[in-house]
Amino acid sequence: MVREIEFRDALREAMSDAMRDDKRVFLCGEEVAQYNGAYKVSRGMLEEFGPRRVIDTPISESGFAGMAIGAAMLGLRPIVEFMSWSFSLVAADPILNNAPKMLYMSGGQLGCPIVFRGNDGAGGQLGSTHSWCVESLYANVPGLKMIIPSNPYDAKGLLSSAIKDDNPVFCLESERMLALKGDVPEEAYDIPIGKAVVRRPGTDCTIVSFGRPVHFAMEAAETLAAEGIDCEVIDGRSIKPLDRETIAASVRKTNYCVVVDQSWSFSSVGSEVAAEVHRLCFDDLDNHVHRVHNDDVPAPYAWNLEQEMLPNTRKICEAVRACTYNA
Amino acid sequence: MAILAGSARLKEPTFGRQETMTMAPSTPPGDHSTPAAADAAPDTQDTVHGPASAAAYGQQPRVVAPRPLNSTPPPDTLKQWLRDMMLIREFEIRSMQAYQNKLAGGFLHVYNGQEAVAVGCIGAAKHKDPVVTAYRDHGHALARGMDPKVGMAELFGRIGGCAKGKGGSMHFFDANNQMYGGHGIVGAQTPLGAGLAFATKYEDEVINGGDNTRVSLCFLGDGAINQGAFHEALNLASVLSLPVIFVIENNGYSMGTATARGTAGAGHLEDKAIGYDMCSTTIDGMDVITVWQAMKPLIDWCREHSKPALVDMQCYRFKGHSMSDPRKYRSHDEEHGWESEDPIGRLANHLTETGAMTADDIKAMGKTIRGEIRAAVDWAKASPEPGIEELHHDVYTDTWGPYTGTSLPEFMQRRASDRGNG
Ligand SMILES: Cc1ncc(C[n+]2csc(CCOP(=O)(O)OP(=O)(O)O)c2C)c(N)n1
Ligand SMILES: [Mg+2]
Repeated sequence: MVREIEFRDALREAMSDAMRDDKRVFLCGEEVAQYNGAYKVSRGMLEEFGPRRVIDTPISESGFAGMAIGAAMLGLRPIVEFMSWSFSLVAADPILNNAPKMLYMSGGQLGCPIVFRGNDGAGGQLGSTHSWCVESLYANVPGLKMIIPSNPYDAKGLLSSAIKDDNPVFCLESERMLALKGDVPEEAYDIPIGKAVVRRPGTDCTIVSFGRPVHFAMEAAETLAAEGIDCEVIDGRSIKPLDRETIAASVRKTNYCVVVDQSWSFSSVGSEVAAEVHRLCFDDLDNHVHRVHNDDVPAPYAWNLEQEMLPNTRKICEAVRACTYNA
Repeated sequence: MAILAGSARLKEPTFGRQETMTMAPSTPPGDHSTPAAADAAPDTQDTVHGPASAAAYGQQPRVVAPRPLNSTPPPDTLKQWLRDMMLIREFEIRSMQAYQNKLAGGFLHVYNGQEAVAVGCIGAAKHKDPVVTAYRDHGHALARGMDPKVGMAELFGRIGGCAKGKGGSMHFFDANNQMYGGHGIVGAQTPLGAGLAFATKYEDEVINGGDNTRVSLCFLGDGAINQGAFHEALNLASVLSLPVIFVIENNGYSMGTATARGTAGAGHLEDKAIGYDMCSTTIDGMDVITVWQAMKPLIDWCREHSKPALVDMQCYRFKGHSMSDPRKYRSHDEEHGWESEDPIGRLANHLTETGAMTADDIKAMGKTIRGEIRAAVDWAKASPEPGIEELHHDVYTDTWGPYTGTSLPEFMQRRASDRGNG
């Protein structure tokens, strides 16, 4: 049965379903148990699964991320919640140096089936230390997968796949979307990692985006439709693996491409997508790929500056107009 | 309520957990037969670990923090502290209002209840001693002399703010007042505190060829001691003999986690120093006089010997962790118990009981402060939002690509030009 639930509830359903199915799955992180999660994602899970499987940790990201990786080496399937991906930087060594390389360094003896999840991106005037978009920074590392759901339905299906995956999966959520409501089936289901989806079909320009900015892209597409520019919006759903085929098929049809990525532009997911589109669709493109990113500055606190810094709808519209020679 | 100046009064009220009820005494164990002067060498004792004594391992005897002073500062100093604490409280009250009215955004962590810690510690330090803390930083900045206008404008995200509205509540910086920030990542400031001490010592001893003259105060929460960075910082401070005091503002909780749920040895946090051969002490942080009496000799000792120390400063945050915290993890009784220990009330009582101030004097002081903070709010409201060009300003010191170099915030330019004219 399908009901309308919040993004945070969809995440919880994926975790709870997996924990009912498989005793090796457990959840740990700051405030996940007694406080019901700093953002209430794990509300009620302590009650259902008890303190041995829903574990409050001290503020020791490096310690508990590393501990969970150790547990995964021995065969457990941990879910680690970072209150914010911004705080995962403290745990950069275990999550980038241990988890993604374990299989390789052991010559295939043992991998690291673990999920790291938490809020990514601007949360609303949180300032530069708390507004990290880690996708470009972390996606650079071989051995990990990265998912970035943009709605409750995808959140449940992608996270469910992530927990079953035998590789480390980074799940990037957004504080700004946790209260977002959407139709979600009650029963468990999986969405394959590495498959994009066309959110809005169109003929004139492809807009590729990931996570929360997909919503900005959809808004921009509405504005642009009124101007007679019919955009096709692709929600990447996963960043690694990247679904090059779905993106390329769309660009072959529209001949124009704009990438919207909420991380900084230098060595980014956006630059990767642009490079791949240039490679795969060189003869189909009528202009070079245009990119919309966070401005290349630390996230400011002031409301007006933060709004301006984000890959907002205005910037997307401008990029599409410029790309399609409608500027 | 009379205050027991200088005595160890680590009794009720306590945090939710049993463990914190058995607190270490504020006067460290050891031979205190001779009263220590402020600048005297610390007492030492042989600490026995397990079956073998320290001596058997050839270790140095453990360094023990100097005894707290018995004296009380002169009434004028106490009045200044009362003013400082009331100013901080009023600033926070108006901050919360501003947050509710959407004049301020992001995360707001207020300092209500902990005022005696910042005011007492900073009161025991010299103005040239660097201060660094976490995101609950308004009190430290104000105690350090930041103009409340500039702080309020920062909260409002305005150009007149200490960081031009770019940092917000968690990042109060005031370099002229040796305030090296509010820092948002839990534990991040602890190695920075060691670094500030490294620099003052280096300047004094290596560059100027003299003796160490400064002590850095590095404040952190009880939750922050579980970060690896804390332990790395303590070890570095000890092996490099850095003049820094790590003050754990032990307010009983990190977010919704009572100290003992997240921290081993929660009832005796000062013992974290033992493994780093560092002296430590436990202080009642709800009483500004007690804070000063214990911190003054400790700061003097760290300055003279160029050594680090650790302090378990016991206090309580009266409000939630941030503005979104309903505080379901603690009881009203517990809160009321601690509220009856309000550091402002305690100092006010002391001042009236000793005849230094009348109740009317205190009322008048409160009125002046409310006016001052109201003016700060008005000033902050009138300060414009930062221009969009500010996005690419202050990213690099030089100008290249989209970047436009850097400049001091308005209040520091004003100060510089004031000096120029004077
Ligand atoms: C590395 C990191 N992890 C988590 C957080 C989120 N967080 C902010 S404050 C806080 C609790 C800190 O408690 P404590 O150190 O006791 O300081 P207090 O808030 O009591 O002043 C947490 C978990 C953070 N800012 N940084
Ligand atoms: Mg605390």
